[in-house]
Amino acid sequence: MIEGIFVEGLIYGIMVLGVFISFRVLDFPDLTVDGSFPLGAALMAQCILMGVNLWLALLIAFAGGVLAGTVTALIHNHLKVPNLLAGILTMTMLYSINIRVLGNRANVPLLNQETVLTKVTDRLTGIVPDDYILLVFFAVVTIVIKVLLDLFFRTDLGMTIGAMGNNEQMVISQGVNPKTLKTIGLGLSNGMVALSGAFAAQYLGFADVGLGQGIIISGLASVMIGEFLIMKSNRISVLTLCAVLGSICFYAVMYVGRYYGYVVKMTPNDLNLIKGILIIVLLVLTQSKKLKKTAVRAVVKND
Amino acid sequence: MIELKNVSMIFNQGTVNENQAISGINLKVREGDFITVIGSNGAGKSTLFNLIAGSITPTTGTISLNDRNITRDPEYKRAKYIGRIFQNPLLGTASNMSLEDNMMITYRKGFKWLRRSLNHKMRESFRAELVQLRMGLEDRMKENLALFSGGQRQALTLLMMVLSRPELILLDEHTAALDPKNAQIVLELTNKFIADYKLTAMMITHNMSHAIEYGNRLLMMDKGEIIFEAHGEEKQELTVEKLIDKFHQIRHKSFENDRTLLSEE
Repeated sequence: MIEGIFVEGLIYGIMVLGVFISFRVLDFPDLTVDGSFPLGAALMAQCILMGVNLWLALLIAFAGGVLAGTVTALIHNHLKVPNLLAGILTMTMLYSINIRVLGNRANVPLLNQETVLTKVTDRLTGIVPDDYILLVFFAVVTIVIKVLLDLFFRTDLGMTIGAMGNNEQMVISQGVNPKTLKTIGLGLSNGMVALSGAFAAQYLGFADVGLGQGIIISGLASVMIGEFLIMKSNRISVLTLCAVLGSICFYAVMYVGRYYGYVVKMTPNDLNLIKGILIIVLLVLTQSKKLKKTAVRAVVKND
Repeated sequence: MIELKNVSMIFNQGTVNENQAISGINLKVREGDFITVIGSNGAGKSTLFNLIAGSITPTTGTISLNDRNITRDPEYKRAKYIGRIFQNPLLGTASNMSLEDNMMITYRKGFKWLRRSLNHKMRESFRAELVQLRMGLEDRMKENLALFSGGQRQALTLLMMVLSRPELILLDEHTAALDPKNAQIVLELTNKFIADYKLTAMMITHNMSHAIEYGNRLLMMDKGEIIFEAHGEEKQELTVEKLIDKFHQIRHKSFENDRTLLSEE
């Protein structure tokens, strides 16, 4: 049972890495995530029902997310819509699209269907203890994605995207169109979110149009927990590791809340309130941390 | 080189806030020119730079580079051949990245692909270039730029821009936000680089003695027009007093208000 705590954190960790790209690297608060996560789940579910090759299905889910991110970027870039509103627009439109993808239904169960997870379980049975198969699989998947992301952000293109989030004028001065970089960044971010949704649907055994509700808050909370727990660094590999660890911590807390919350008379419906309060507490803590630092610096300077 | 023909810029045209920032400017920048631009606040110096760099499009008139019309080219396209340094030293570099990463991004202009260019050989060449600044930065290649001072960052921005060999460089009061010592260092570096690399440059300054000391041409702007221009020997013979007299002669008004703005050292 205990491995379930970590599995969720790892599956959603892929989504958290996506949120990390938009919020932290691009400095673009992208709410498309709430729509692209269930989009990935819906595309995966429909592909499974249609008998599409499972690896191709994962690719289709990823591509769907890339498309969603691109739409947000296009709305923001070409219609001069503020970034928050552009994300909300795409997210709202995706709600209808997701229901369409699911075949005009709000929920599609995947029980007794062959999924990537059943295939992996078949393959690994006997090699890895049954209880830990999914844990091992998702640990490998998430780490591979994290490493690929690290490599991407060490390339010339990746570094330029990182510089844009910090200083857009610098990128313009280098003769690069920031609109192109934003499109690439948001596409990548939402592609990963959709991929995470595709895995989540298989893990949960269903795809639901409401899967994405509040996912952006969970993602942001995870990113912040990761940043809070681990020291600051400018190395992308450390930052992505923070995001994944933050996700594992966050979903472990949520898991405990869901299964053992009844002890303090908490129901699963209270979790969204808890998430919000958690973010506020983290904000307060990071700010007081910063204030302390500046206070120390001021004292040192005065000496 | 760069030629401005009858360029005007009107902000908020047709509203009560209509503001003619530039009126009918004609300017030809020749290769190898180092032009200093002076004028009081609101004279249109920065607007002129924005027009040349492409951050704004003129209301009327054309801008051409080597006889090619670039009036409607966006800023990022022009940035490939026009380098620019702002007053704010933070605008030229990314704070959250290391010095070597910053240099990697800026050493070559234009879109970058999925390659990893930063290797040992490149680090060595960056190190060699950094030595020119004589700030000891070559030993701090892995440090984040947030740890560097404004003067160091401005000197870096200058070096990185020079390395990309732009056809024209625009210096928008790039030493104004620095303390006097660093301002002097950056200014000396600027002058050295322009001479060493035979660059074409335009520099806005509030300091009249700098405007006279540096460069081969001087433009004085007021109310969106170029009211006085000096080059060659005429410029060399200028003094701050003569400049103020000139302004008075042309505009028939006192320079007193501007005296406070244009420091004389």
